[in-house]
Amino acid sequence: MSAAITLAATAGQAIAPQPDPDAALSIRGLTVSYADKPAVFSVDASFAAGAMTAIVGPNGAGKSTLLKAALGVIPRLSGEVTVFGQPLAQARARIAYVPQRASVDWDFPTRVIDVVLMGMYRKLGLLGRVRIAHRDAARACLDRVGMADFATRQIGQLSGGQQQRVFLARALAQDADLYMLDEPFAGVDAATEAAIIGVLKSLRDEGRSVIAVHHDLATVADYFDRVLLLNVRRIAEGPIDTAFTPAALQSTYGGRLASAQIDQLKLGGA
Amino acid sequence: MSAEFVQLSLTPILIGIFAAIACALPGNFLILRRQALIGDAISHVVLPGIVVAFLVTGTVAAIPMLIGAAFAAVVAVILIEAIKRLGGIEPGAAMGVVFTALFAGGVLLLEQSDTSSVHLDVEHALMGNLESLIWFGASGWESLFDPTALATLPPELPRIALVALIVSALTWLFWRPLTISTFDEGFAQALGIRAAALGFGLVIVAAVAAVAAFDAVGSIIVIAMFICPPAAARLMTNRLGHQIGWSVVFATLSAVLGYVLAGYGPLWFGAQDSVSAAGMIAAVSGLILGLTAVFGPCRARVGEGPVAS
Amino acid sequence: MSAIWQALTFQAGYNATLVTLGALLLGFAAGAVGSFMVLRKRALVSDAMAHATLPGVGIAFILMVALGGEGRNLAGLLAGSAITAGLGLLCVDWITRHTRLAKDAAIGAVLSVFFGLGVVILTLIQTMEGGRQAGLEGFLLGSTAGMLYADAMVIAGGGALAVLAVWLLRRPMTMVAFDAGFAQAMGINVRGVDLAMMVLVMGVTVIGLKIVGLILIVALLIIPAVTARFWTERAGAMLWIAGILGAVAGYLGAVLSTVAPAMPTGPIIVLIAAGLFLFSLLFAPLRGVAAALIRHQRFQARVHRRQGLLALARLEPIHDPLTLRTLRRAGLIRPDGVATDAGRAEAARAARDERRWDMARAAHQDTALTGRYDGLTPIDAVFTRDQIAGFDRLIGPPQEVRP
Repeated sequence: MSAAITLAATAGQAIAPQPDPDAALSIRGLTVSYADKPAVFSVDASFAAGAMTAIVGPNGAGKSTLLKAALGVIPRLSGEVTVFGQPLAQARARIAYVPQRASVDWDFPTRVIDVVLMGMYRKLGLLGRVRIAHRDAARACLDRVGMADFATRQIGQLSGGQQQRVFLARALAQDADLYMLDEPFAGVDAATEAAIIGVLKSLRDEGRSVIAVHHDLATVADYFDRVLLLNVRRIAEGPIDTAFTPAALQSTYGGRLASAQIDQLKLGGA
Repeated sequence: MSAEFVQLSLTPILIGIFAAIACALPGNFLILRRQALIGDAISHVVLPGIVVAFLVTGTVAAIPMLIGAAFAAVVAVILIEAIKRLGGIEPGAAMGVVFTALFAGGVLLLEQSDTSSVHLDVEHALMGNLESLIWFGASGWESLFDPTALATLPPELPRIALVALIVSALTWLFWRPLTISTFDEGFAQALGIRAAALGFGLVIVAAVAAVAAFDAVGSIIVIAMFICPPAAARLMTNRLGHQIGWSVVFATLSAVLGYVLAGYGPLWFGAQDSVSAAGMIAAVSGLILGLTAVFGPCRARVGEGPVAS
Repeated sequence: MSAIWQALTFQAGYNATLVTLGALLLGFAAGAVGSFMVLRKRALVSDAMAHATLPGVGIAFILMVALGGEGRNLAGLLAGSAITAGLGLLCVDWITRHTRLAKDAAIGAVLSVFFGLGVVILTLIQTMEGGRQAGLEGFLLGSTAGMLYADAMVIAGGGALAVLAVWLLRRPMTMVAFDAGFAQAMGINVRGVDLAMMVLVMGVTVIGLKIVGLILIVALLIIPAVTARFWTERAGAMLWIAGILGAVAGYLGAVLSTVAPAMPTGPIIVLIAAGLFLFSLLFAPLRGVAAALIRHQRFQARVHRRQGLLALARLEPIHDPLTLRTLRRAGLIRPDGVATDAGRAEAARAARDERRWDMARAAHQDTALTGRYDGLTPIDAVFTRDQIAGFDRLIGPPQEVRP
């Protein structure tokens, strides 16, 4: 190793990765700002295909911002994003996005089955007729999340957990290779959480990729294979074993996480 | 009686119906997007747009007016965004600044134009002109099939009918992306739907409808047509498709009842002249909204509204 | 010219003087009250109330004529307008609370329906009077021409009262506008202050009917307030700046309209206010367009410079054209993209700053300080030299960036 590379290595950080054509999602130098304050600064991240990766960090760390900027939902100040080696615009058909529930008007006049059918927009296009096959597929997605009986219910009548499942069903309807979820477990009951993680794991077992902003450190190791620790900048990234360590957590959360709390968590190796 | 009806009332009623429908359709999406007051803003800013077009071209022709109004709408939207971002001002206040200032400018220009031979009347600009859009050359129902009589149809009628047709076609064509982006904008963008462009397009379509309706009901009452029928429809159903249908029904009802009550109501009470048809249409649409607000089957709020991020 | 000078210095006659004074006071009151409304995010509710005055004016006229009086008694008309305005406000509230419709739909519905009703009543009056102009259309856009002395007194007096009320309520108003929750905790009756504010808005609206008209009174409530927002970050200052701006617009507008009586007063006043606003939008030092553009350019340059330097330190290739341009302009890289000596020194410095921050966030417990990390703030702006020295001991000596 030359002296210059040693420079980066002694800092305890991995060298910034080259764009990874095999990664499901590859982000390089992503910076996003709100009103001239950086929310996400120069983040490099490579999300492996066929794995479940959690994005973790304190409040205001830019996790949702990262996801939205990667998808082009909010504008970015700089950076490149590739999905399965292709630019985002060409790969949209392979991505399914599950946004936060709070951003939606749940009093909207639509039924559960209609929301799931929204996920089939790319297949249906502007004027394509919704055929029996589409409806059956939508119902199958609802069944997979345990919401088959609610198909004709108005969405405002659902509980938080049920709403989240419908959102997931909508994503399933897209039949995507990469699923990106923003806090899928926020404010849901235990049964829903179990149902959702079951579906996500089965997606992973099918060879698809899952990236989720996750708020609960206690369950990261149980639910996910890999983790990205984020606090405005990328702190650590990789398999749970190597990246989800007390040192990395301390760096990410600063003083916000007492040592005792870290001891409680199920972690990777030191 | 029938000759008088065809001559005096048929065209105004038809114009009223088409105008109401052309406004109600985009209005459905505007209220779902919580952008009802864009309708308020647009109906105020089409006035200066129309006046400028009129001053520039010297005629009261349709196309320049439409272009002027669309241009004014674009300018207004840009200014509103600029004020919101730069000043950190809430959307309502930002709209308020832009549309009142532009409206004031329009009125002033209008007053200046009083000296020329062809001019727009301030009162008509505010309250519309529906009663005077009569069909001189008609002599009865058979005139509908008479080409020479049809040639004297007030030009506002085919104009507004065309606009209503175009608005309907656009609504049907863009139904899906419009619904998805109104329901969940982030999700729509991730799907590749150009949500911002759609939203902008919606505003432009509303502006076009407002201009077309301007002739009939003037600047301010157009707001009633953007908001009241769709709002009443919203209280009647939980399905968007049905809501659109109800809004068209309510719009038509408001136009017909409004015109009839304004034209014939006073006569029933022994008075001589009619009252403002535009005003009565707005009042009837308000009455319908009031009834649905008290008796509508789906009037109660069911789910949580969006949390501002 | 002398006509304008006379008007400017209150020498154009009793009526003109009173109108100018009234417009000035009205503008001040509207600006101050409007600031409150804008801060409370209720700007367009006042638009609904203003449009809702029209049926009241008409009904009051009809009633006064029916009772044998002079239908155009200003006080009576204004009383009627206040009643329906209040009714309109109640409707907005009811719709928002008891149906699934949102506030904006309620405002728009009340605004247009009440206005439509008012138009119907106006045309009814026109038929009643035969050819006689009831002059009520003057309430739409304002008309100060041919105003009676009594009318002018009502306006001037009302304006003065409104300003007095704003002055008396300035402290609770400011506190509630700034942070209603905090004000409540301090023992201020927030609901009472809100109610007082709505009454003041109604008062300003009603007074302004004659001068500015109901369609544009909301402009006087909103535009000076929004303009003031561009010049200050403090709620209290905003109230007074808005008041002054409104007063200036009212004063100048009234002066101009006495000199050109054929033009409706309302639009002139509004356009002056809008002119002041446009100037502020573009050139206000805090939030104007010009200032924002400059700030954004500087920020972009900082971000790209920092990113570029960190990339240099890590020996990564830089692709982003803006980053390359920024570094080149600062003399940190050569045209072919290779770092200069200065560039390498800066890059090493930036990398070291970055590493110090990493150490700080890992080791230091005070999140008030570590929370200030945003990728751009240098560490010596936040921590003391001793603290930084402590981090340095953990990191090791600075490293050179060698190509």
